Amino acid sequence: MNFDFSDEQKQMRDEARKFLAEQCPPKAVREVLDGKAPYDKALWKGLAEMGFLGVAIPEKFGGAGAGHLELCVIAEEMGRALAPVPFSSTVYLAAEAILIAGSDAQKQKWLPKIAAGEAIGTLALFEGKGNPSPKAINVSANGGALNGFKKPVPDGAIADFAVVAARTGSGSRESEISLFIVELKAAGVEVKPLTNIDLTRGQAEITFKNAKAEPLGEHGDGWSVISQVLDRAAVLMAFEQVGGADRALEMGRDYALDRIAFGRPIGSFQAVKHMLADMYVSATLARSNCYYGAWALSTNAGELPEAAAAARISATQAFQHCAKNNIQVHGGMGFTWEFDCHMYYRRANAVALGLGSLSYWEDALIDRMRKKNAA
Amino acid sequence: MNFDDTPQEAAFRAEAKAWIAANAPKQYEEELSKASLGRVQLKGANILEVAKAWQKKKADAGWACLHWPKEYGGRGSSPIERVIWQQEEGPFGRLSAMFIIGHGMCGPTMMAFAGEEQKRTFLPPLASGEKVWCQLFSEPAGGSDVAGLRTRAEKHGDEWVINGQKIWTSGAHYSDYGILLTRTDPTVPKHKGLTMFFLDMKSPGVEVRPIKQASGASDFNEVYFTDVRIPDSQRLGNVNDGWNVSLTTLMNERMSIGAGVSTGFPELLDYCSSLMLEDGPAIENRAVRSRLANWAVKASGLKYTSMRAISALSKGERPGPENSIGKLVAGSMIQDVAAFALDLQGAAGALNGPDDAEVAGKFQAMLLRAPGTRVEGGTDEIMRNIIAERVLGLPGDIRVDKDVPFNKIPTKGRA
Repeated sequence: MNFDFSDEQKQMRDEARKFLAEQCPPKAVREVLDGKAPYDKALWKGLAEMGFLGVAIPEKFGGAGAGHLELCVIAEEMGRALAPVPFSSTVYLAAEAILIAGSDAQKQKWLPKIAAGEAIGTLALFEGKGNPSPKAINVSANGGALNGFKKPVPDGAIADFAVVAARTGSGSRESEISLFIVELKAAGVEVKPLTNIDLTRGQAEITFKNAKAEPLGEHGDGWSVISQVLDRAAVLMAFEQVGGADRALEMGRDYALDRIAFGRPIGSFQAVKHMLADMYVSATLARSNCYYGAWALSTNAGELPEAAAAARISATQAFQHCAKNNIQVHGGMGFTWEFDCHMYYRRANAVALGLGSLSYWEDALIDRMRKKNAA
Repeated sequence: MNFDDTPQEAAFRAEAKAWIAANAPKQYEEELSKASLGRVQLKGANILEVAKAWQKKKADAGWACLHWPKEYGGRGSSPIERVIWQQEEGPFGRLSAMFIIGHGMCGPTMMAFAGEEQKRTFLPPLASGEKVWCQLFSEPAGGSDVAGLRTRAEKHGDEWVINGQKIWTSGAHYSDYGILLTRTDPTVPKHKGLTMFFLDMKSPGVEVRPIKQASGASDFNEVYFTDVRIPDSQRLGNVNDGWNVSLTTLMNERMSIGAGVSTGFPELLDYCSSLMLEDGPAIENRAVRSRLANWAVKASGLKYTSMRAISALSKGERPGPENSIGKLVAGSMIQDVAAFALDLQGAAGALNGPDDAEVAGKFQAMLLRAPGTRVEGGTDEIMRNIIAERVLGLPGDIRVDKDVPFNKIPTKGRA
């Protein structure tokens, strides 16, 4: 049994960690946090040069052709560094949707640009409050033109194109949803930036008024593709979350070793030690669930829907748990703008929602476990 | 990344599977499969006898204590082969419960500290289950703080005379031998005055009294020692070096990766899948699903954490510290799972007779046994200390008794 990443994959992780430590220190994240830039353009270019943006994109479409295990490894490091770039929206959502459903021409058009850092993509799914559901989609598609609005759209304000879920029939069935690619600089598209609790990542509202749209995948196949994309993205995002959880745990541990109160390091008090031990427990459970998700994703196993939901729930819980208790370990200093703790807290709570919230994935997990048991 | 066996592992698995299929006591398979915490029993059979017979059969065919050297009754297998055996043994592995302490703790301690002739005499019958061993460490005054134990050993010629009391000794009532940690010098700090022995549990002056547990059952004992005489040749390690000997015992245990800790989740999922509530099946209820999902990811997290440790063994590496979380997570989880199963039953959840209680009282038994799982073998708090100190590198507790002679340490909180 080798339920672990290979030496080559671990080496890639070390490279990514080293690269991000140099190119994406907290100071760089703060440039975006403080509103000085919508995202870190230099880092985005660097990630393209390292081959990280196209790591899971086949060589014939301009990628490195490595695979999803390699992408998991990179994702973990992106989460650890809180990279302020549209990696998840472009790579886990837009690129995966095109890989699953795109025509050869669409793949040729977009994937090389994504790998080269020349195109930012996203998935426009939500229309206000609520979790992923075909019933919640009201953007209409008629004769290649879209009408309606999407919000929140992750990285929508900086994206060049979006994969848009739209209604091509009037009922509530999944088969009435289709996907389209829309270029966001085109006529009939209005993009309004929105404020995110995670200030290092953008959100937007996008309004379509007879916007030109190109079908992605088969008519009526949209929801099936969305479901596959969400499962894949759930695993990849879970690795980001585990990376963030680990870093928050390390920050708390380091502070507990250095900070003296009552004449001793605060890490010698059981109340603090036990809090950190519990953080380690959730981060470890999440990592193990993520490994299973990575295995299912990379082998395209029938277990992917269940494994993705488990990884998503576990990693969401772990990142939220570690990020909030990291602040608690830091005490008052943890609640200052100056300390980095709040950046992890913001990211943890924002990414907990983006692909559908915990309650959505809890429900999905039990449905999927039942289906497996019934089969 | 894969779950595949190497060719050698696959060959070993096939051999183990075939032998188990031909030899296991199949008539008990169903009952053993259904066993859960607080509820392991075989109707119409004495489980201890069944367990001993199975262990002897395994030993005769070379399948006992796989990782031990052959000359001491084992098979000389690699750690990964031991794991594969446990996977294949499946429910029959539950019959090994009575041997866990002997095989996991007493045997390795004997192997490290006993004389060669003693090892050849005592280890093979321990491996084969013909002789059962227990571990006599905990005392009324030394549980989590086991080095605070007070049982005295005094040297008289070539013998040691033991007086004192042990508690929470699993299986002392059916054990033939035990390893015993004693205080040999009370005038030095507590960790520096301990000495380890092994002894015959039938020695004159040894009295075993079962403890009636909070659950009503009796799995543990108190053991009293009154002028019990142990020859110096049965001392393990140097005089006053017993603390280091006991650490060896515990470190050995860390290398063993069990067939998985019990969380109660599979039982609860089964139960919720068939249970009807007032407004429909329990598993359709949003609140139930949310609780189930939260436990599901803990159970799968533990399962795949264990897979990661097994992978390390498979590659010939030492497993990382991840596996230390198992008991901590599973212990409180099974308690919560049991309470939730009763909650779903409403007022009737309080009934505990086998005829009146749901699923024959499985969850009631689990609930009543669960508090013990959070205490035995290291309390939740000790497990958190271990993770904080050994994994995260946080400072140890300040030990106010560290440099104080044992006989000067206060023994009462409020005077």
